[in-house]
Amino acid sequence: MRHLTEIRWHGRGGQGAKTAALLLADVAFQAGKQVQGFPEYGPERMGAPITAYDRISDKEIRVHSNIYEPDFVAVVDDTLLHTVDVTAGLKADGGILINTQKSAEEILPLLKGYTGKIYLLDAHKVSMATLGKYFPNTPMLAGVVKISEVMEIHEFLREMEESLKHKFARKPEVLEGNLKALRMAIDEVQCIQ
Amino acid sequence: MAIRTRMSGNEAVAYAIKQINPDVMPAFPITPSTEIPQFVASMIANGEIDTEFIPVESEHSAMSATMGASAAGARAMTATSSCGLALMWEVLYVAASSRLPIVLALVNRGLTGPLNINAEHSDSMGARDAGWIQIYSESNQEAYDNFLQANRIAEHASVHLPVMICQDGFITSHAVQNITLWEDEPIKKFVGEYNPEHYLLKEDESMAVGPYAVSNYCMEEKKAQAEAMKNAKQVILDVAKEFEAVTGQKYGLFEEYRLEDAEYAVVAIGSVCGTIKDAVDALRDKGMKVGLLKVRVFRPFPGEEMAKALKHCKAIGIMDRCESYSANGGPLGAELMAALFREKVTAEAVNIMYGLSGRDVTVGDMGEVFGWLEKMAAGELHFDEYPYLGLRD
Repeated sequence: MRHLTEIRWHGRGGQGAKTAALLLADVAFQAGKQVQGFPEYGPERMGAPITAYDRISDKEIRVHSNIYEPDFVAVVDDTLLHTVDVTAGLKADGGILINTQKSAEEILPLLKGYTGKIYLLDAHKVSMATLGKYFPNTPMLAGVVKISEVMEIHEFLREMEESLKHKFARKPEVLEGNLKALRMAIDEVQCIQ
Repeated sequence: MAIRTRMSGNEAVAYAIKQINPDVMPAFPITPSTEIPQFVASMIANGEIDTEFIPVESEHSAMSATMGASAAGARAMTATSSCGLALMWEVLYVAASSRLPIVLALVNRGLTGPLNINAEHSDSMGARDAGWIQIYSESNQEAYDNFLQANRIAEHASVHLPVMICQDGFITSHAVQNITLWEDEPIKKFVGEYNPEHYLLKEDESMAVGPYAVSNYCMEEKKAQAEAMKNAKQVILDVAKEFEAVTGQKYGLFEEYRLEDAEYAVVAIGSVCGTIKDAVDALRDKGMKVGLLKVRVFRPFPGEEMAKALKHCKAIGIMDRCESYSANGGPLGAELMAALFREKVTAEAVNIMYGLSGRDVTVGDMGEVFGWLEKMAAGELHFDEYPYLGLRD
């Protein structure tokens, strides 16, 4: 495990990439880490590309800049692969997780020869199967925890259950769906390189 | 017992307001400070505090209502950013000259234009001569700690001036980070009850606030106000000492980070100082003697103290997140240069413009700045004008 893990999220306004980044910071804090979760703000609107960041560390985090050489990248919307340089600065010993329904053959040419680990996750399938609606951020959060190993999976699931229990105290069916989505996503992440 | 948790800077300030439980909070929403009144309004709705929240129709009204409440004898505060502060402008001066101990949570954002919502100090720096005490924060923790100390400074008998507690928009206001919160009881004891000596609603004492003053009296009033600002220096230090006794957190007029034996020093304000600390550590590991002077209190301006702390340096970089359009550099640059001259500091010094409209500054950028300072001291580099860090051609 790294002393400092830096993660960059790419998504579109309204998909919950910012929420996922803040949730990751939250759950990593619960696991005893020093954390920093923040979105990059611009002219926000539904569908526009947005970026969010996480730093997860064993030591106090003082730096306040964006992340240019992330250990991991999460892409919440695969249409961004055509317009955003998602692997820019991405460390070769890190990895990228892409939410997509496309095949490895279709995705690989879009990653500009990135040599690190490449993971795919069909967050749509996971979300529809467990929540009945398309919320890509919950499966993607689980996927990022899996590929980045910022904490143990069982620890992650335990902390998420605690915080979701609190959040959905009056909607137990939503709690169950979210927990299923997290577990299913962890199993569904597929390493293609 | 302290509470270790994680929060954004805006949440942290709202939490401080909850612990202070002020009498009145008028506010008008503006990005990126909107969350502060929003969280406070929720706390009131949930019955956690009994503050009177006044939704107003503009920032001019927000500051006017805060002034009215404060003059009446209430502990009053508000929050704003950018053009919100600009719309308060007229009333800022009236609040300060009426000697009202108002506290303002300012989440720094640039003034238009071009229209932009990101971090810059042009809002508070524009108001630097309005007579307000200004305290800046590097992190969510400092925004919280500084806010808790504000009332004690503002309400002190030898000060009686409004205070703005500043933090960088989005960079700390919207970033969730670890933070240590202090228990309610010692904090409530530290902040204390507000018992003003004179106020409008006091029975058997008639007084006027903000009346016309003829030239025969005006100048003396202004001198008294200037003296109060001078007095604030010692009060800020005394309050910080008491705060340290309660929390263990150390605060001064400014922070010296590895400055004692530094040959090359950077002076800066706000969140960039965290990034500079990382750069200082990295360069120190390579044997370069670098350090940081972080300005916490900009008003009153600790010019003499800062100049003394920098006297031994070979080169000094003074960073401004605000363009003054004076053709003479930014506000920190201009004021600190004058202070260095008065203290006969002979180091090379350069004013550097950075981070305007939220332009990002990295550890690498700061390495470049320290490199400039080293070259300046060696006579290998000279800037005719103040440089812009990271400016595209």
